[in-house]
Amino acid sequence: MPEKEEISEDTLEYISKLALLDLKEEEKSKLVKQLSEILIYFNKLNDLDTENIKPMTHPIEGLQNVFRKDIPKKSLSNEEALKNAEHKKNGFFKAPKILKG
Amino acid sequence: MEVHIQLTKLRTKLFCSCNSDYRDAEPNTHLCPICIGLPGTLPVINNKAIEFATKIALGLNCQINEVMYFFRKNYFYPDLPKGFQISQYNKAGGKAFADGGKVTIRLNSNKKDILLDRIHLEEDPARLVHKGSIRTSPYTLVDYNRSGIALIEIVTEPVLSSPAEAREFLNQLKLIVQYTGISDLSLEGSLRVDANISIKGHPRAEVKNINSFKEVESALIYEIMRQKNEIKKGKEIIQETRHWDGRVTIPLRTKEFEKDYRYFPEQDLVPIIITKKNIDEIRESLPEMPYERVSRLQHQYMLSEFDAENLILDKDIADFYENGVNSDPTFGPNEFKLYCNWLMNDIVGWLNENNSKIIDTKLKPHYIVDLILNIKKGTITTKMAKTMINDMMKGKTISKILEDKDKKRISNEFILEKYCKEAIEENPNIIKDFEKNPKAFEALIGRVMAKTKGQADPKITRKILRNLLH
Ligand SMILES: [Zn+2]
Repeated sequence: MPEKEEISEDTLEYISKLALLDLKEEEKSKLVKQLSEILIYFNKLNDLDTENIKPMTHPIEGLQNVFRKDIPKKSLSNEEALKNAEHKKNGFFKAPKILKG
Repeated sequence: MEVHIQLTKLRTKLFCSCNSDYRDAEPNTHLCPICIGLPGTLPVINNKAIEFATKIALGLNCQINEVMYFFRKNYFYPDLPKGFQISQYNKAGGKAFADGGKVTIRLNSNKKDILLDRIHLEEDPARLVHKGSIRTSPYTLVDYNRSGIALIEIVTEPVLSSPAEAREFLNQLKLIVQYTGISDLSLEGSLRVDANISIKGHPRAEVKNINSFKEVESALIYEIMRQKNEIKKGKEIIQETRHWDGRVTIPLRTKEFEKDYRYFPEQDLVPIIITKKNIDEIRESLPEMPYERVSRLQHQYMLSEFDAENLILDKDIADFYENGVNSDPTFGPNEFKLYCNWLMNDIVGWLNENNSKIIDTKLKPHYIVDLILNIKKGTITTKMAKTMINDMMKGKTISKILEDKDKKRISNEFILEKYCKEAIEENPNIIKDFEKNPKAFEALIGRVMAKTKGQADPKITRKILRNLLH
């Protein structure tokens, strides 16, 4: 298995855009290195022969159909719901504008 | 086309027990730690949502998948408190809720099957409120009341070839939803459409935020025109997401690619298994679907296909029809047709004029039976019946209207003579004309009628006036 798995600057650019992160230059070079290391670490999994293994989607085998009834319960008050929000207005959460420019 | 339908007949959200009836609520009052995505919370599936999704899947003739699980669809947008939407995915080992299916539409007497690709069960994002337009608003306000409401996403194959076909598809879909009883699509925002539009040989643009039946056709017509104009100008169509603002479409963001969503199985929810037995039980409980009803109505009541298709366009109307024609054992094919005509022309006409639904009026199914029988007996003419529709809609049968008239009718000669004398005294001009003009006599009767608010017995009045004037 390859020991060197490089995350390119382009890939970093791309995933930081998906995560809506604006990265500084020094952060970028640091992250390229760190993310590459993480990827190499996970690549160890490729050493295993999984040819005849069924993919596991859920860690708890055999547990299924956990449901609840359609019965309403009390919700939080508006004050409680907004308590941790740094930006709010008239009972709403306030977020930055969507369309840039 | 992707159609999102809220399961408005559920009482709670998809993954938490918050009340789903948020429409008249103050913002951010139907929330709990689950639907605002606080750390450490665990979603639990509403079992009724699975039942409703099964119902619509059966109504649309889809293949329901027996084993499925939810996925996280990751993207950052203020309408998603968790940074991902819990949805379904038919790749990476996942399965849609159901695959395939179809909706048959009729356009200019041609039938066409609109094939479906799949349907998904997923949670609704929050409602965003902008100050002014989305373009100029300095910030975005978020109301998470809608966040976590159960949605059914229905994805068609790329087979719709015109805005008119899209409109017909939605009409038929709406009907099937109404019949399954999973949602009230007359509620604002209960149906939202994303349309992928392309001119042959060019990339497609996705138009989001089409929020009502009425807007679908205009949004599509606009976007098709826009793309044709771009191509005419020699420009390339960009693959992007656009926002319908009610008049035009504006660019929102360049289109994400599917891999950008980094779908992976939602570990907080265990798999769902829907057995054949579950499906059969729900199938049993399902009412007859509109397309099945058309052929039954044709056979049972000897109606034309046209009449049957018209009747089923609104389930309440079709139910009303069947209750009505079955309430009188003497009814046969002739009356079945008459009932249909009165219902579809005069009654529906009245409903449209008054912007009202049949279940909100006081009209009862047997009222139209009564109307038909009165015409048959000759107590009223068709023309008279039409003038009585308004009273009927307000809860009076024709028989009752006639009875009341009868009760109030003034036939006492002594009283009528008093009114007649008054009329003669008050109208010397008419009397002057009386000798030459036969119409003057009728005019005088009219005056007596007016005085008695139409309650004077016309025969007796005529007799008295004649005696007084000779
Ligand atoms: Zn909640």
